[in-house]
Amino acid sequence: MKKNIWINIGFQAGALALALLITTLILVAVGAPPFKAYVGILGGAFGSTNKLVAVLISWSPLLLTTAGVLITFSAGLWNIGMEGQMTLGAIFATWMLRLLQNTALPPALIITLGILAGVIGGALWASLAGALKTFGGVNEIFGGLGLNFVSTALTIYLVFGPWKRPGTGSMSGTQPFSRELWLPTLPNTELSLWALGLSVLMVVAVYFLLRGTYFGLRLKAVGKNPKAAFLLGVPTWQYCMFAFLLCGMLAGLAGAIQVTGVYHRLLPNISNGYGFLGLLVAMLINYQAIWAAPVAFFFAALNVGSIQLQIVYKLDSSFSGVLQDLLVLLVLLGEGARQRFLRRQ
Amino acid sequence: MDVELHSIYKTFGAVHANVDISLRVPAGTIRGILGENGAGKSTLMKILSGFIRADKGEIFLDGRPVIIHSPADAIRHGVGMLHQDPLDFPPMRLIDNFIAGHEGGLFLNRAAAARDFKRLAEQFGFSLNPDAYVDSLTVGERQQLEILRLLWLGARVLIFDEPTTGISASQKEKLFAALRLLAEQGKTVLFVSHKLEDVEGLCHRVAVLRQGHLVGEAGPPYTTEKLVEMMFGKTISMAGRTPCEAGDVTLGLCKLSVEDYRLKVRDVSLDAHCGEVVGLAGMEGSGQGLFLRAVAGLARTVGGRIVVGGKDLTGKSHHAFKRQGVAFLPAARLEEGLAVGLNLTEHFVLAEEAPGFFINWEQGKALTQKRIEDFNIHGTPVSPVESLSGGNQQRALLALLRVPLALLLLEHPTRGLDVESTIYIWSKLKERCTQGTSILFISSDLEEILQYSDRVLVFFSGRVTPPLDAGALTSDKLGELIGGKGWEEFTSGKGA
Repeated sequence: MKKNIWINIGFQAGALALALLITTLILVAVGAPPFKAYVGILGGAFGSTNKLVAVLISWSPLLLTTAGVLITFSAGLWNIGMEGQMTLGAIFATWMLRLLQNTALPPALIITLGILAGVIGGALWASLAGALKTFGGVNEIFGGLGLNFVSTALTIYLVFGPWKRPGTGSMSGTQPFSRELWLPTLPNTELSLWALGLSVLMVVAVYFLLRGTYFGLRLKAVGKNPKAAFLLGVPTWQYCMFAFLLCGMLAGLAGAIQVTGVYHRLLPNISNGYGFLGLLVAMLINYQAIWAAPVAFFFAALNVGSIQLQIVYKLDSSFSGVLQDLLVLLVLLGEGARQRFLRRQ
Repeated sequence: MDVELHSIYKTFGAVHANVDISLRVPAGTIRGILGENGAGKSTLMKILSGFIRADKGEIFLDGRPVIIHSPADAIRHGVGMLHQDPLDFPPMRLIDNFIAGHEGGLFLNRAAAARDFKRLAEQFGFSLNPDAYVDSLTVGERQQLEILRLLWLGARVLIFDEPTTGISASQKEKLFAALRLLAEQGKTVLFVSHKLEDVEGLCHRVAVLRQGHLVGEAGPPYTTEKLVEMMFGKTISMAGRTPCEAGDVTLGLCKLSVEDYRLKVRDVSLDAHCGEVVGLAGMEGSGQGLFLRAVAGLARTVGGRIVVGGKDLTGKSHHAFKRQGVAFLPAARLEEGLAVGLNLTEHFVLAEEAPGFFINWEQGKALTQKRIEDFNIHGTPVSPVESLSGGNQQRALLALLRVPLALLLLEHPTRGLDVESTIYIWSKLKERCTQGTSILFISSDLEEILQYSDRVLVFFSGRVTPPLDAGALTSDKLGELIGGKGWEEFTSGKGA
C-alpha cells in the first residue's frame, strides 16, 4: 500500500517534469530564454498586488466552472457546453440589468436579480443540452458544442443588434453599466470579494454535495453504471438532468459575475475559455473536488503570468495554454502508464 | 474441405470450456454440434474460426496443420462463421456489408461485387435487395446476407451458431435448403444448436458436448432420449425441495404477452403464491428472459395484466414495481446489478431508503459490516465491488435487497458459482420464501430447476407451457421440452 503511494507520486512527478521539459524545448525553439520565461510568468502572476489581484479575479470563474463540471463528470456526462452556459449566464444578467437599470430599485437588488437571472440562464442552456441528451439521444458532447456556437452567435447578434452602443456596435461590447450597478470591489482594485466569496463557497458546497449527500452518491452511481443505479432505485434520467441543471447554474453564475463584477457589460467571447479550462482542471485533479481550488488557482496564475511573456518576449499569451494542456495530457498519460505498470507487477 | 480438430483445450480462469476435444468432419457433410448452454460449443467454434486461440491442440484443414490467428486469417484458410447475432453493420447497405470484409486495394469495385452478389443470391434462392439497408432486414435475411458474404470471401467451411433462433418457419426451411445445397457443393457445414428437432432433421452426424467434454457422437436414426441423456447427463437427484403450502397470491399474471424484435411470448397466465418458487426453464433466448423482465416492469408488455399484492402494475415503470416489493436480480452482475467503481458501503447506502439529505457514513459502514457478516461476504465495507469474486458479488446483491419483499425475480442466480456458493445462495433464497416472498428464477441448469422449484414454466422459441408441477417432472421430460419435443399435449391448453 505504502509502496503504491510512492509509485503514484513518482508517476505524477514524472508527468510534471516531462511537461516542463517539453515546454522548455518549445521556449528554446521560439528563441526565448526558458529560465527567464518561467521567472517572468511567476513575476507576472505574483510580482505585485495588482498582479495577484488579477490572478484572484481570474480564479473566481475558473473555480465555478470547475465545480460545475465536477458535478456532470460525477454523473458520467461530458458537459462540453459550459462555455455556452456561461455566455447565456452573461446574457441573462445583462438583460436583467438593462431591464432594471433605469428603475428606482436599489442597486444592490438589481445586481442580485441580475446574478440570479444569470444563474437561470446558464441552467436553461444546460438543460437544453440535457434534454437533447435524455430525450433526443443527442450525445451531450455534440449538443453542448453546438449550443456553444449558438450562444456565440447570439452574443454577437445582441452586441451588434438590439443592444448595440449608441452609434455603431463594436466588438468592445455593449454600453457599460453605470457604477452603482458594479459589484462592490476592494478599494483601488477590481477585485470583488462577493465574487470571490461566492465562488469559493460553491466549490466547498460541491465538495460536500458529492462527498456527503444522497444526491451526490446517486449522481455517482448513475455515472458509474446507469443500469445498476436504475435497478437500485435511482431515477436515472432525472439525475442526469439535475447534473446538467446544477452545472449550468454554476456556469451561469460565472457568466453573471463576469458581467457584474469584471466587464460591466456584455461583450463577445465573454466566457473567455473558462468553460474549457474548467474541464482541464477537473481532469487534472482526477475529479477530486478537494484539489479544485489550488489547481484552479495555479491555472489562473499561469494565465495571468504569461501575459508578461507577451510584453517582454513578444510571445503569444496563449503560451500558458500550451503549458496547461501539456500538463493535463501528460498527467493523464502518466495515469495510464501507472495503471499498466501496476497491472504488470 | 475436411476439418479436423485434435485434442483442443481452452480454459477461462477456473472454467474448463473445452477439454481434450477431437473432432473430424469430412467435406460435403453437415455436422451438428449439440449441447446445453455453457457446454463449450461456442468456444470450440470460436477457436476454429479464429476469434479465440486454444490453449492447446491442433487444427487440420484437408489434412494440413494450420494456425489460425484471427477471423480474417480463418477466412483466408476458408473458414467462416455466422454468429448468433449477425455481425453486420445495420446502418449500412447490404452491398456495403457484403464488400466490407473483402481484402483488396484502395478502391471498391461495387459493380463487380453486385454482380457476384446477384449470382450467389440466385443460386440459393435468396431474394435480397443489395441497395436496402441492413436494419430493414429480418434476422433470417441477415443470415442469408452473411452466408453469401462468407461464400464470396471463399469460405469452404461454414459454421452456424444457433442459426434457427429468432427466424420464422419459412426462413428456417430456406436456411436448411441452403445448408443442404452447401453440403452438396462439397462445403463443410458445422451446425451448432440446442434444438433437437433441427439437428435431427438436418445433420448427417451429431457431436454432443457437455461441460466442456465431447461426450459422444451419434448418427441417424437419432433417438431423442439418447441425445437428451448425452446432453444433460445421468439421472438427477431430487432432494431438497420442500413442497409449499398454498398461501396468498403475490403475483397474478393474466394472459401476459410480451415481445421484442425476435420473439413473441403470448398469453402467459400464472398465480404465484406466498413462498412459492417458480422455475423458468429453457435454452437461452427462448423467451424466459423477456418474460421475467416484463414481470419486473423492465420490458414493455403488449397485452394482459400484471397484479402484484393486489395492485395492478401493468404498464408501470420498474420503480413502481419496486415500491410494491418487487426486486429484480440480473444475471450480468457487474454490468447491470452493481456499479463498478463504487464500494460496498456506497452500494448499501444507495439501496436503503434515504432518511434525509446528508449521508451518515459511519452508520452506513456499520450497516455494511453487519450485512457482510450476515451474508458471509468476503470483503470489507470499502472493497470496490469489482474486487469481489462472482459468488461474493451475488451474495452482495442478495444482501442489498430490502426486507420485506413480495416478489423476487432472478436471472441465473447461481451461474458461474461454485457448489458451496450455490448452496448458500439458495439457503438465503429459501429464507426469503419462509418470510412470504415468491420467487421466479431463470436457470439453464435442469438440476437447479427441478431441485428448487415448486412449479416450472418451460420456454421454447417463445412458447410457454402451463405451470407444471415440479414434483411430477423428470429431467428427461424437462430436457425434451427444452429441446422442443413433446409439446403436443400443450397445444390445446396453451398458456392455461
